[in-house]
Amino acid sequence: MLVSTKWLKEYVNTQQLPPAQLGEKITRAGIEVDAVIDRSEDLANLVVGYVTECSKHPEADKLSICQVDVGAGEIDQIICGAPNIAKGQSVIVARPGALLPGGMKIKKAKLRGEESNGMICSLQELGIESKLVPKSYVEGIYVLPEPVEPGTDVLSYLDLDDTVLELGLTPNRADAMSMLGVAYEVGAILEEEVTLPKMDYKESTDRAESMLTLEVDAPEANPLYVAKVVRNIEVKESPVWLQQRLMAAGVRPHNNVVDVTNYVLMEYGQPLHAFDYDSLGTGNITVRQAKEGEKITTLDDTERTLSPHHLVITNGKDPVALAGVMGGANSEVSDKTTTVVIESAYFSADSIRRTSKDHNLRSDASSRYEKGVDPNRVIPAAERAAQLLSELAGGEVLGGSLVFDELDKQERIVKVSPDFINSRLGMKIPLEDMLDILSRLKFNTEAANNQLIIQVPTRRQDIQIEEDVVEEIARLYGYDEIPATLPRTDATLGGLSPYQAKRRIVRHFLEGAGLLQATTYSLSSEQSATQFALEPTETTRLLMPMSEERSTLRQSLLPHLLESLAYNTARRTDSVALYETGAVFMKGQDELLDEQEHLAIVMTGLWLDHGWQGEKKPVDFFVAKGIVEGLAEKLGFELSFERGELDGLHPGRTAFIMLDGTRIGVIGELHPAEQKKRDLKSTIAVELNLATLLTLETDALIYTPVPRYPSISRDVALVLSKRVEAQSIEQVIRKAGAKLLKDVRVFDLYEGEGMEEGKKSLAFSLTYFDPEKTLTDEEVNAAHDKVINALTESGAELR
Amino acid sequence: MEARLQELKKEALGKIETAHTVKELTDVRVAYLGKKGPITDVLKGMGKLPAEERPRMGALVNEVRGEVTESLDARMVILEEQAINEKLQRETIDISLPGRPAKTGNPHPLTRVVEEIEDLFLSMGYEIAEGPEVEKDYYNFEALNLPKGHPARDMQDSFYITEDILLRTHTSPVQARTMEAKGGEPIKIICPGKVYRRDNDDATHSHQFTQIEGLVVGENIRMSDLKGTLSVFAKKMFGEDREIRLRPSFFPFTEPSVEMDISCFKCGGDGCNVCKKTGWIEILGAGMVHPNVLEMAGYDSKRLTGFAFGMGPERIAMLKYAIEDIRHFYTNDVRFLTQFQRTEL
Ligand SMILES: [Zn+2]
Repeated sequence: MLVSTKWLKEYVNTQQLPPAQLGEKITRAGIEVDAVIDRSEDLANLVVGYVTECSKHPEADKLSICQVDVGAGEIDQIICGAPNIAKGQSVIVARPGALLPGGMKIKKAKLRGEESNGMICSLQELGIESKLVPKSYVEGIYVLPEPVEPGTDVLSYLDLDDTVLELGLTPNRADAMSMLGVAYEVGAILEEEVTLPKMDYKESTDRAESMLTLEVDAPEANPLYVAKVVRNIEVKESPVWLQQRLMAAGVRPHNNVVDVTNYVLMEYGQPLHAFDYDSLGTGNITVRQAKEGEKITTLDDTERTLSPHHLVITNGKDPVALAGVMGGANSEVSDKTTTVVIESAYFSADSIRRTSKDHNLRSDASSRYEKGVDPNRVIPAAERAAQLLSELAGGEVLGGSLVFDELDKQERIVKVSPDFINSRLGMKIPLEDMLDILSRLKFNTEAANNQLIIQVPTRRQDIQIEEDVVEEIARLYGYDEIPATLPRTDATLGGLSPYQAKRRIVRHFLEGAGLLQATTYSLSSEQSATQFALEPTETTRLLMPMSEERSTLRQSLLPHLLESLAYNTARRTDSVALYETGAVFMKGQDELLDEQEHLAIVMTGLWLDHGWQGEKKPVDFFVAKGIVEGLAEKLGFELSFERGELDGLHPGRTAFIMLDGTRIGVIGELHPAEQKKRDLKSTIAVELNLATLLTLETDALIYTPVPRYPSISRDVALVLSKRVEAQSIEQVIRKAGAKLLKDVRVFDLYEGEGMEEGKKSLAFSLTYFDPEKTLTDEEVNAAHDKVINALTESGAELR
Repeated sequence: MEARLQELKKEALGKIETAHTVKELTDVRVAYLGKKGPITDVLKGMGKLPAEERPRMGALVNEVRGEVTESLDARMVILEEQAINEKLQRETIDISLPGRPAKTGNPHPLTRVVEEIEDLFLSMGYEIAEGPEVEKDYYNFEALNLPKGHPARDMQDSFYITEDILLRTHTSPVQARTMEAKGGEPIKIICPGKVYRRDNDDATHSHQFTQIEGLVVGENIRMSDLKGTLSVFAKKMFGEDREIRLRPSFFPFTEPSVEMDISCFKCGGDGCNVCKKTGWIEILGAGMVHPNVLEMAGYDSKRLTGFAFGMGPERIAMLKYAIEDIRHFYTNDVRFLTQFQRTEL
């Protein structure tokens, strides 16, 4: 909502406050002023000029040489390039020394040999947006609609010496979508009275009913309809003040009839429509639901096909308007119109919302109906329009109106006790202050038995319950007056749940391990939504995605995380290690999805880059595996790894992460083809179901005394087939080593020169320990021999 | 023999004097005092001496031996020290070379902001509540006093999956779920999480972003409690000397509703580009829980009242660190992420 402060002063005394201060007061009271726009910014020394002569420039087709009376008998020659310049016009002249927006300063100039003492201006050159300039002046200079004394100051004549407040209205404050509504708000803030427009015009002795009949067949969607008839009007340009007020409000002027309906819309917040009486052809207005398949061509020259839930205004036969949304082309007011029917009606918000949504049509009218107009302004608005038409178009207003009225216009009563208000606010506002605020708001209030009985004007549809009154009192009393206290609830312990606490542990562990936390989008393309998912389900698509790329809920974190990796390597960060925790979305049992919190890790490049001491360790499977193992250890349970395959991963370098026999994740090197596709070098990826891990209860920590006896270690090196996995050998060792064997660790792997084809050498370090005593060599040897025997029996060859 | 001894002593002391390394000195020790050395030889030759000479000569030998040994030891101390010094000299490293990098990952800046907020409220006895990102229309809208067709639904265009299921547009459904689950009991929670709205991604808009909300419900919770709580929050997050101001606003799920501004942390209130010359920065929305919301969750709104507040960690991080583009949070450029490494305490 754009509010001209100059216009506003017509209804309420703004106490000479500078507009910025007024805006600040409005903001602090609850309606946010988004911008304070000075319409005269960068404008100076503009005067009205009268074109006394106008002839073609001898050297340039498109230029005219004008003699312009600029006041005080001074005639200046000005060259003008506008196609619509003509002798006898009153125009806007920027004389040498004048300022125009963008810091333009007007100087004397010579154009093709002819002197030019300034410039004749278009409205755009004064900083007015093209879309607000009357259509006939868009391509040229602005011609004042009435003769004006040359030399008159343009800024005040065009009301450009004005500041506009741009209000950012929340949906509840539909009342402020009108100048009068804003006036009431400002009046309440400044403790000033509101002056309503004077309604004095003469009605003809001929009655409206003599020319028009009215029928409403849809009382639910249209409980109130008022029609007035004005005849013998002259359709022409509106006077300057009206055009400028509309432009300040962000509305383009058309002609006096249309402008009046828009003016009243802005003034009262009540949408109006004007029909050309003769085009109606029937002398009848019938409001009804549309018939299936019925068609109407609206004012924007679009043919629209209707259905029964669209409300239409008809001439008794055919639709002439889409009720409350847009008029029909067949009844549009034109230059030839002499009689108009003014419609002022109350259409239900639901009906308008539906129609406006179906036809993708939003107008100043529909947006007000959708939020609810004031039932008590429907009739006054019609009268106000009639008055303005008689004033500005020389119209004769026929007596009376055609009215269909089943609308409840009662004012709502809200009862609330002063104690309730104070207890909700934590304040002690005296009763008289509350009463004062309510009277400033023009809420008739009766105070009795510790109860305020408040009669809420119908313009304030948002005031319905006690709490709404609490807000009204508080915002006008001043939120600054509210003290700062802390809740006096019973002491609560609060704190993280075990799940949340463990999630933080996981994060800190991974960050300590050198990974950067990433965040990616949950929405992906349908195609990549299930890539890398261990157990993909049917995908979940949005009803109306904004793009295919963000159409489907992901089932794995890896695709987007790998994209982030590639984003970095493409920018020459070759070594990157990222992790992300976040939800993946599987089809579940009920209508909601089965959301699982996952953890994913991706890494590429060097894991350790310490070249000058000869340490350069590229990322590989085992770096990632070590992180996963460390994580499991931190969380207090054991994971195992099972060779596996997954699309997109290297078939020889992939393992499933197992927890008690269940697959909970995967770890693997990206398949070379996948790497190439993603423009990545060797990359390791991990994804696991974090929720499963974090939901598991961890065993209590049990302390064992620090050993009093030393442990003894023995090494064994084996020659094995390359296909034999270390884990299987370790199992043999552990089984044979029995109770005395405390630990087994791989310490060497050799597959190079000197080894037989297809063989490798694997060396283990075994630690023997007895908590009861120091082991003797004999005891260790006996135990170790058993291990060796078991290994040889299993086919391993000692090295 | 005596002369020989004196000669040997002179010889030995001379060599000790000229020995420059521990090795040379050790050689001298072996050469003169060793089992095959000349002094031992003299000792061995004592047998040939007449018996009465032997004690004197014995004493003399010991004396020479003692003197040589003493001198050797003294020299050894010097040479050993010298050797150590030389070794240390040789071992000197270029301490300006870079260290072996210790692994340093770090949280995402949004996690950093969210956890800072979480920790503050945890310390004030709040719990953290979480809920699904794919939500029922009921919890996302209806239970929050936003029935179907409510004009305020326009404020947040949503990603629907079916007519009744959507990606949550705020974290408020977690509040609705928590209230429903608590069955009329008092509540103090913080709800962080991802939310989604139909927005074209650009420098200031993101179809996915983060929110963190708070909810307190109890007996006689007042608007002053909201103001006090937010004031503690503002000072903790943005500095002790921050002032807050509440402005009336509108949210369907609170009544009265407010927006909170803090005095600008860059200029202190004088006006600058961060606060758009107003001296104030809008930080969050809040209000007293609407009675309809309480009633729908099974609370007696006459007996229990509450307040709620909500804010966007992206906005807070962008303001705090002057981050110019919201998309940075989701592209994961390491040149962005690694900037949020160090602590600010
Ligand atoms: Zn500032």
